[in-house]
Amino acid sequence: MSTNTTEKKWDRRSADTAERLAAASRYIGPGKQFKPEDTVALLEAVIHAGDRVNIEGNNQKQADFLAECLNKVDRSKIHDLHMVQSAVPLPVHLDLFENGIAKKLDFAFGGPQAARVATFIREGKLELGAIHTYLELFGRYFLDLTPKVSLICAYKADRQGNLYTGFNTEDTPTIVEATKFRQGIVIAQVNEIVDKLPRVDIPADWIDAVVQSPQPFFIEPLFTRDPALVTESQILLAMLCLKGIYAEYEVKRINHGIGFLTSAIELLLPTYGEELGLKGKACTHMILNPHPTMIPAIESGWVDTIHCFGGELGMEKYVAARPDVFFTGPDGTLRSNRAYAQTAGHYALDMFIGGTLQIDKYGNSSTATGTRVAGFGGAPNMGCDAKGRRHSTDAWLKVGKEMPSLDRQIGNMPRGKRLVVQGVETFGEGRAPVFVEELDAWKLAENANLDLPPVMIYGDDLTHVVTEEGIAYLNRCADIDARMAAIRAVAGYTDIGLQAKPDETRQLREAGIVKTPEDLGVDRSRADRSLLAARNIRDLVTWSGGLYNPPARFRNW
Amino acid sequence: MALNTLEFHLKIDEVTHSIDTPIHLGVVGSGDMEVLMEPKELEGAVSVRIVTPVAGFDELWKRVVEKFVSETLLGNVHLEINDNNATPAVVLLRLRQGFAEATGK
Repeated sequence: MSTNTTEKKWDRRSADTAERLAAASRYIGPGKQFKPEDTVALLEAVIHAGDRVNIEGNNQKQADFLAECLNKVDRSKIHDLHMVQSAVPLPVHLDLFENGIAKKLDFAFGGPQAARVATFIREGKLELGAIHTYLELFGRYFLDLTPKVSLICAYKADRQGNLYTGFNTEDTPTIVEATKFRQGIVIAQVNEIVDKLPRVDIPADWIDAVVQSPQPFFIEPLFTRDPALVTESQILLAMLCLKGIYAEYEVKRINHGIGFLTSAIELLLPTYGEELGLKGKACTHMILNPHPTMIPAIESGWVDTIHCFGGELGMEKYVAARPDVFFTGPDGTLRSNRAYAQTAGHYALDMFIGGTLQIDKYGNSSTATGTRVAGFGGAPNMGCDAKGRRHSTDAWLKVGKEMPSLDRQIGNMPRGKRLVVQGVETFGEGRAPVFVEELDAWKLAENANLDLPPVMIYGDDLTHVVTEEGIAYLNRCADIDARMAAIRAVAGYTDIGLQAKPDETRQLREAGIVKTPEDLGVDRSRADRSLLAARNIRDLVTWSGGLYNPPARFRNW
Repeated sequence: MALNTLEFHLKIDEVTHSIDTPIHLGVVGSGDMEVLMEPKELEGAVSVRIVTPVAGFDELWKRVVEKFVSETLLGNVHLEINDNNATPAVVLLRLRQGFAEATGK
């Protein structure tokens, strides 16, 4: 036994943080406030080369001022940062790599910068850790990717440094908890500093410094779909979904993707959905940003509960006026939270329905293209069967019962399965075929040196494909050959669809594995815009009783 | 934008449907198209004229219209299509809607 009596230190992290904060203390005043002009100097004091750093930013709010300032630090001192963050949508997120300040990236969603991510990987400017789902990345914040310094974003701070993240709380609580409770440093930018907050979303002692940014943070209405742009072919697909899936399985707990097909479904609930007698039987509980196109269904009494990943510009007053439906705080405004919404999305949903750019002949689907490392955000967590799920619902059980191959995996043990539905026209934008021999994700994996082709939804999780040709009930297929045949049967005039054999398709129809609009009794001639509960943004405002306040770009009256 | 014109004839063995009066359906809005279907003595054939801003998809147009003709068993009809980037799904939807209107089926 050693006689060395030197005590082992167990608080190196907090000691290091204390040292850094001491170096920054001359910039930080009462209420933890610092001046915008001191931001670069403050970041140089609290961030060291090689640190793991998070810049908050997702769909609705961006710590853009702090990101700009990080890009101005002295790169001879601060370099090789390891960025761990949900998304990299702003040019400055990639400028950090161009300028040698950051070296490695672990993230979930690339957005508009996706092409630069791919180029930088190829040029050796960016070392990619992994492309995650949100929950996966959040999980790693609490395991092996905890940030040392997080640059976060809130609407308001009070004079003690408490924060209000409000309507667009999104990722903030997750980032702050992981960083602060592992003795890291949290710096916040806010739009304004006030005497009294509407409510406290993040307590002051979880953050270290606050700055009022020169401009409010960047925010976009990402989830607003103008009903005026919904096409009749989307309406036909929506009718097929409602009759062949929502009614067939009576699916109550749903996440809708953000494309126009699901907007069309939302706008058909009070019309065609009501005609099918689905009110109260389907679509009662949703995980969803506050989509404006949900207003008519909410007003018609379809929806019991909506929990949100984030907010949506223009929906603030409407949501506040419907607290029976949305999760709102004691102050009356929405509290979104991506981690909880994604948890519900992963474990508690009975159906995910959305679109994609490509589906291969096996049923794997991806939005990846050959030159963009975009990631999929939260879609894969909802677009999969959660293997840890242990509660049952009728829809989940029915999908499981229909699977002829279940006994080959778990014998006589009953088990359900989530509906994972991809609704697509067989040809997408620019007449690009959606059904393909091989996903572009393979090319991307080669171009960007990825370990895996980025797949949004794997074929074994996909249960239904809906196209203008009809529905393929993949969960009813006994093996991969049957699945491929069912996919071919609804793939239209794509090269995959042209391989369909008429005899085979007829047998699949007889077996109820493929259903055409005629098989389902969906009248194509009714696929008309007059079936939409709202035909333009103005109709949505009217439905909301004037509470929905659309951003200027959506106002054409 | 330069427009391409595509013209072709189709003929199937068992023509069972024709139409009595011309039908006009759809609008040349973005992502959409209009179709004019008119009765025409063509010895059972269907003549097709497509005006479209899209080039390089002649085969696809033929496949889609062929499918429509073979499933409806249509003959002695002229189809005039003015396209503005409609997808095959929209094309087929419009044609089927036109056929339903013309024949009551």
